[in-house]
Formats: sequence, structure tokens, C-alpha cells
Amino acid sequence: MSTPSFAVEFTRVRKTYGSRAAVKDISFSIRPGEFFSLLGPSGCGKSTTLRMIAGFEQPDEGGGEVRLNGKLVNHLRPYERDLGMVFQSYALFPHLTVARNIAFGLEQRGVPRAQIGDRVKKAMDLVQLDGTTFGDRLPPALSGGQRQRVALARALVVEPPILLLDEPLGALDLKLRKQMQQELKELNKRLGITFVYVTHDQEEALTMSDRIAVMADARIAQVGSPAEIYERPRTPFVARFIGESNFLEGDIVADAGGRLTVRHPAGTFTVPTPPGGVVGTRIHVALRPERLLLPDGDAAVEGDNSLPATISHVIYRGEMLHVRVAVAGGGELVVATRNEGQLRRPMAYKPGDAVRVWWHAEDVQVLEADPT
Amino acid sequence: MRVRRSIFRVINRRESWAGWSQVAPTLLFLVVFFIVPLAMMFGSSWMARGTYGGIEWRFTAEHYVRFADPLYLSILARTLAWSLGATLFCLLVGYPVAWTLANAGRWKNVLVFLVIVPLWTSYLVRTFAMIFLMRDSGLINTLLLKTGLIQEPLELLYTPGAVMAGLVYGFLPFMVLPIYTSLEKLDPTLLEAAEVLGARPAARFWKVIWPLSLPGVAAGSLLTFIPALGSYLTSDLLGGAKQMMIGNLVQNQFTTARNWPFGAAASFVVMSGVLVAVTLYLRMRDKAPGGGL
Amino acid sequence: MTTTRRLPAWIIAVTGMVYFFLHAPMLVLVIFSFNDSKFSTEWSGFTLHWYTRLLERDDILVALQRSLLVGGASTVISTVLGTLLAMGLARHRLTARTVLEGLVYVPVVTPEIVCGISLLLLFVAMGIPLGTGTIILAHVAFNISYVTVVVRARLEGMDQSLEEAAMILGADEWTTFWRVTVPQLWPGILSGALLAFTMSFDDFVITSLVSGPGTATLPIVVYGMVRKNIEPSINAISTIVLVVTTTLIYVSDRLTRSPKPS
Repeated sequence: MSTPSFAVEFTRVRKTYGSRAAVKDISFSIRPGEFFSLLGPSGCGKSTTLRMIAGFEQPDEGGGEVRLNGKLVNHLRPYERDLGMVFQSYALFPHLTVARNIAFGLEQRGVPRAQIGDRVKKAMDLVQLDGTTFGDRLPPALSGGQRQRVALARALVVEPPILLLDEPLGALDLKLRKQMQQELKELNKRLGITFVYVTHDQEEALTMSDRIAVMADARIAQVGSPAEIYERPRTPFVARFIGESNFLEGDIVADAGGRLTVRHPAGTFTVPTPPGGVVGTRIHVALRPERLLLPDGDAAVEGDNSLPATISHVIYRGEMLHVRVAVAGGGELVVATRNEGQLRRPMAYKPGDAVRVWWHAEDVQVLEADPT
Repeated sequence: MRVRRSIFRVINRRESWAGWSQVAPTLLFLVVFFIVPLAMMFGSSWMARGTYGGIEWRFTAEHYVRFADPLYLSILARTLAWSLGATLFCLLVGYPVAWTLANAGRWKNVLVFLVIVPLWTSYLVRTFAMIFLMRDSGLINTLLLKTGLIQEPLELLYTPGAVMAGLVYGFLPFMVLPIYTSLEKLDPTLLEAAEVLGARPAARFWKVIWPLSLPGVAAGSLLTFIPALGSYLTSDLLGGAKQMMIGNLVQNQFTTARNWPFGAAASFVVMSGVLVAVTLYLRMRDKAPGGGL
Repeated sequence: MTTTRRLPAWIIAVTGMVYFFLHAPMLVLVIFSFNDSKFSTEWSGFTLHWYTRLLERDDILVALQRSLLVGGASTVISTVLGTLLAMGLARHRLTARTVLEGLVYVPVVTPEIVCGISLLLLFVAMGIPLGTGTIILAHVAFNISYVTVVVRARLEGMDQSLEEAAMILGADEWTTFWRVTVPQLWPGILSGALLAFTMSFDDFVITSLVSGPGTATLPIVVYGMVRKNIEPSINAISTIVLVVTTTLIYVSDRLTRSPKPS
């Protein structure tokens, strides 16, 4: 048996509740030590997927395989899987002190009494909780942030190879959340433990993850690094869910020199030829607002594609300006440009102005259809 | 421990197995000691009475037919009338109590406790309390005689009034508590809004409070009507032989009269009444959203 | 406090009268249990005579013993079965759930006389001799529902992730139940148990039908005394029953009210 190369591996997993499919046919692999996020709107199946890793749910009979470190675990109970988990509600045992909460997993594993105290202290140091102050307190007496840390310490003290986190930061205020995001990321790197993180907050996923699986409608839409997900979205859903996106569509009229020529009501543009791009079919592409360029005075604009448009609004967003333009043939594009200081050097454009919008062909993402 | 874990692993292979394994023992008990007896009783109500009082294995509908006899019809009618009457009276009198409870502020806990205590106190003991008050040598008569308001003791016991009083006394808490639960959930801002819109107290009651308290009223009425319908002790101790209700008829057939099949049939007549009431209640509850027990 | 919340005088009056009606008879009973007079309802002086008389009556003491035995046994069994059922219903998805929930309510809506009679039929048909054992079985049958309802309510208010957290940390179902679920649940379980005990202790109708000759419980003896209508000892025993019940209900009430940290 070769050494397993994946910490978590899902192969064609399906989970149905009665007539409803919570997870339709998903496959992915998580590398050891990775910070891997399951990202998607509520109801997409990410929590069910996490629960199948944990063992609270099992895949349908004949509905795929779940492997942890190479071992098939479909029918293994949660307490047989050697995992750590942080719950959305923290799930701290209210009748046990902080120290006993953290010690719980060690007791279950039969760790000798003498060692427990030491390991609990180390775990509390890891999450920056003072052992003497908090050790004997009961969970209800703690703040949300403190409970969070206890939940983390409790999960990590048993040194599991994989840590599951189910939207653990949702109840915290913004500042604390950002701080915890940093700490979690550092813990992941320092301990070398695989983190599987469930969230609906795309910004959170982009900040912390090594790789993200974007889920929608019980399926995985795309797996990739934050950069891949953001800069090369594969489906309209991913393009829309992560950040903002513009969409263009048109008919492919020519294929030459590694470029497709696409005809759009307002003009033509080129796209690097994707596999399977056939002349005569329609093509859908996505374009990030910050990749669109507006000419600034007489300076030359970079870019090899352009379309004529009319300015409809300029929206002030502090760091950026969002310029909404109406494109001939219907449709709207959003151009995001840096705010160079509207008081010192106001932008020249006003609603109603005719303008040409430019971009680089490589910045366009060819989209596949969303799976039904 | 190993054995335990392998058992758990097997049980949890399917979601349904895990659930059923926990539910099964109790379910078995209830089926054997509740459903089966009821089924047996239903079955025996269609059997003939044996010569020495047992059951003979011969199919007959005579026991149900017997209910057409005016004697038994009157028992049925009386039971129905008294149960409905007691329920209605409990509603009229219990609703204001429930309202008081819901608005009692810091007295709430004490007052609710005082309603719960009679509910759980032995019904036998409570019925005796009524006997102690109402009998010829009871407290009421003694006081009335002493003050000279009457010359001879009033016959309070062994009258229909005594049975009705006993039913109300027994089941009033069952009416009050569900209505109280409903009223407690009432959002006071609704009443404020109604007042601002110009509604007078009577309108505020009929248009806002009453409709929203209906789930509690329905539950309370059900919980009062059903025990009243099947009641036995009240009419036995407070009514005497003349005020027979169906419960007494059933008991009678199983002891002195030794006509078990007829007793079983009578039991089923009671159960049908209960079933009708429950069905009506469920139907009402499903029509009105957000309510019920 | 808005005007609409104020209690009109007539409502308070009706409430007062109802409370009086509900409690006066029992209070009178209690008062006269100390009355030093055998027959009349006139106050002749304070005495504990009727209480000491109870101790002289062997039949009452034996019946009390049996009531406690039956109460204890039926409470333990019905609490175990009721808790199991509540857990099965609350923690698992079952297709037959609606049927099961209906089944739980059947004992509650069935009139006592019907319960008792049908059980009598069962015992006779199966040739089971009537005695203390049949009483216990009958009490368990009607008590399960009460325990199930009370425990279920408490279970559903409990955070299910506590049990999941325990399992991830290495505790199997058995360990989780005892180390995590029960500490959260015990007020509900105890409350249900107290309810079951009270119902069992007070039961007359069903018990009278399924008990054999010579296996009387306290309510059966009391019934006999009430029928014969003799002496104020009935008042004494009624008072005792009242005090016991009130205490049990008080404890049960405090338990369900105690805010558990969760």
C-alpha cells in the first residue's frame, strides 16, 4: 500500500434525504497540511459535506467513498476517526469547566492523568488563553471570543491530523473576526494540521485558504487557489459569487492565431482560444471590473479589445470608483478604477458621455454553463 | 467496550436503524400493553356473552344494537350533555382566570403553581372534599342550618348538579393552562395598535385576543371534554346510582352485570366520542396556523 | 404598562372566586382533619388523633407500602422507556415519526376506565394473575407518555452539537449519553419521573380494575373509606396525600423552571 497522498478524499459522493439531494456527485481531494475551504451560499451542501467527513452523516449506499488519510471511512463512527472539530455554536459543555472541556478528548483517549494538566495548559497557550484565569471558569461566564478559543483548544489538544471548522467566526464582531482569521491561518502553518473550513463569506475564504471548493446547489462548481477562483472563474455562478463580475456573450465568428473572434452587438472582441471553442456557437465570458480600462485624458490605453459605451453612473466607493457604462445592444458593464482623488483631480467622465472601454484579451474568462 | 462499539457501528449503518433501535423497546411495550388490549376489547365487543359471564366465540352485533334502547340512549345523552356543559362552563369561567395569569406579572409563578397543584392532587381525594362539603351532614349544610337559612339539610349530593360541579372542579385546570399558554404568547403591541386604530375593549377582545387564543381554547376544551366524557369516579361518588354516565355503565358491566362484551361495546362508544373530538380538534388546529398543544 | 394590560375588576373577581372554589374544599378537608369530633362538622378542638389512628390501621400501612413499591417500580421503568422514546424521536429522522407521535398521545386521550378494562381483558386472556405485577405494568403503560412529552421538550431545547462535539472528541454513544446528554437533561428526566410517580401514587380507576384480591394500594383503601363514609381519618389521609403531592409538584416545578446554562 502506497503512502496516502491526500488527507481527505471524496470520490463521487452522494447524499440524499428522502427526495432531496443535499450532495449530488462531488469529488475532491485535500492535501495534508492544507487550509481548504468549502465555500458557498446556504443550502449548497457544504455543511453536509463537512458532516460526512466528521461522520455525522454517511454517503448514500452506493453513493461514493470518503477516505481519510487513504482509509475508507464511510461507515466509521465519528469517535473512530481521530478528528478535531470546531462548531458554529462552539458546543462547549456547559457543566464542565474550561479545563475539563479541553481535557475531555484526552480523557476519552486514556491519556494518563499526570499528562493531561500539562497538555491542557499547552493547548490554552496555543490559543492565547491564560490557564490560571480561565481554567476553572464555566463556559457561560465567557465572552464569544473566549469561548471560540476554548473550542479551538479543545479540538487541538488531542493533536488530530485534520481539523474541521464549521463557520466558527460567524458570531464574532468584525474586528475579532479578522484577528481570528489571522490566528487560524498561523495555527495552520505552524502545526501543519490540515484545516477544512466551511464558510459562506467569500472574503474570508479568499483571505485564509490555500485552496477553495466553491459549492452551489449540491455540487462543486470549482476547486482552486484563491487566485484561480477569483481570476479564472469557470462558471457564471463562481464569477458572480466571488467578487463582482461583468458578463459578455456573443457568437464565435472566426478562430485564428490562438484567438477566437466574437461578435457582440456593440462590436467584436477577441478571446484566447479555449479548448472546444467552435466557430458558429455562442460563447459566454466573464470580465472583472478592475480589468476594464477607461482612457484617461489623452494618455494611451493599454489593451487589445474595446467596445463603445455610454457612461450611466459614477459610484464613489472610497478606494475605488465604480463607473457603470451602458453598452450598445443592451447590457451594462462596471469599470472599477482607482480613485486618484476626486477633489484634487476629478474624473473627466460624466453620465451621458460616450466612451470606449478597453481590456486585455487574456483577462477574459471563458465560462462553462452552470450545471443543472 | 469493543462489543459495545461494534454494536453501535452496526446500529448506525443506517439512519433508520439507529432511530428504531432507540424507539423499539418502548414501542413494543406500548403495543403490547395498550394497542393490543384496545384491539382485544374491540374484538370482544362483537362477541356474545358467555353463560357464566365470560365471552363466547360467536359473532354478534347485539351489544351495539342494544344502545338504541332508550335506557342506554339516555345514558349516552346525559354523558354528552354533562360533558359539553361542564366544558362550556369551564371555558366561561376559566378564560378570565387564564387572562389574569397571563397578565399577572410577578405573581405569575405562584398563581400558576396554585393551578397546577389541584391538577395533580389525587382526584379521589378532591372528590371526597366535595362529598365532605355537600353531604347531608357536610359543611355546607351544617353552616346553612346553623345560620337558620334552612330548616332541613339540602340534598346537594347525588344530584346532577353535584356531578356537574364535580366535573368542573376536576377539570377546570385543564382548561385554564392551555388558554394561559396561548394568551402568554400574545404580543401586547397588537392590542396597542388596535387601540390606536380606535378599537374599544370589546372589539379588541373579539377581533384580536379571542382569535389568537383559539389554539389554547381548542386544546383546553379537548382536554376537558375527553376526561369528562369518560369519567367514572365523579358520577360514582357524587351522583350515586341514579346519575349514571357511560363510564359507570362500562364498569358496571365488568363487575356486577358480568356482561363483558356489552361493557366492551360501551367502551368503544366512549372511544368513538373521544376520537371524534380529537379529529375535530386536529382539523381545527391544522386550519389555523401557529397553534395547538 | 398600557391600559390594555390592566386587569378589569370583574376579571380579578372571577379569578378570585375560581381560586377559592378550587382550593377551599381541600383546605376545609385539611382543617377538619384536626377536628376533635367524630361525626359532626362543627369544630370541637384540635387533635392529631385521626393521624395516629392511621398508624394503627394495618390495611393502610400495607397499602401505603404497596403504593410506594408500585410507584417506585413503575416510575423507574416508565422513565427509562419514556426517555429512550423521547431520544429516538428527537435525535433521529424516522419515516414513521407522525405515527409514533400519535401513539404517544393515545394513552393520554384514552379514558381511564377504557384503559383499565382493556388491560384487564389482556391479563385475563393471557392468563396472567392479577396482583402487584399487573398494577405496575398498567402504571407503566399510562406513564410512558407523560415522561416522553416532558423529556422531549427538554431535549429539543438542548443544543445537539454538544453530543456531536463529544463524539468527535472520542466518546461513543453510551459515554456521550451519560457524560453530556444526561447532565443537560436530568431536570427534565427528574421532572418526568416525579410526574410519573405522582400519577401512579394517585391512580384509582385503573388500579382497581387490574389489582387482584388482597393487593390494595392506598387509593383503593381510601376509596373504601370514602364509600363507607365513616370517620375523619379520611381527612387525615387526604391531607397527607395532598402534602406529598404538593411537595413533589413543587420540586418538579422548580426543576423545569431552573435555567440550565446552555
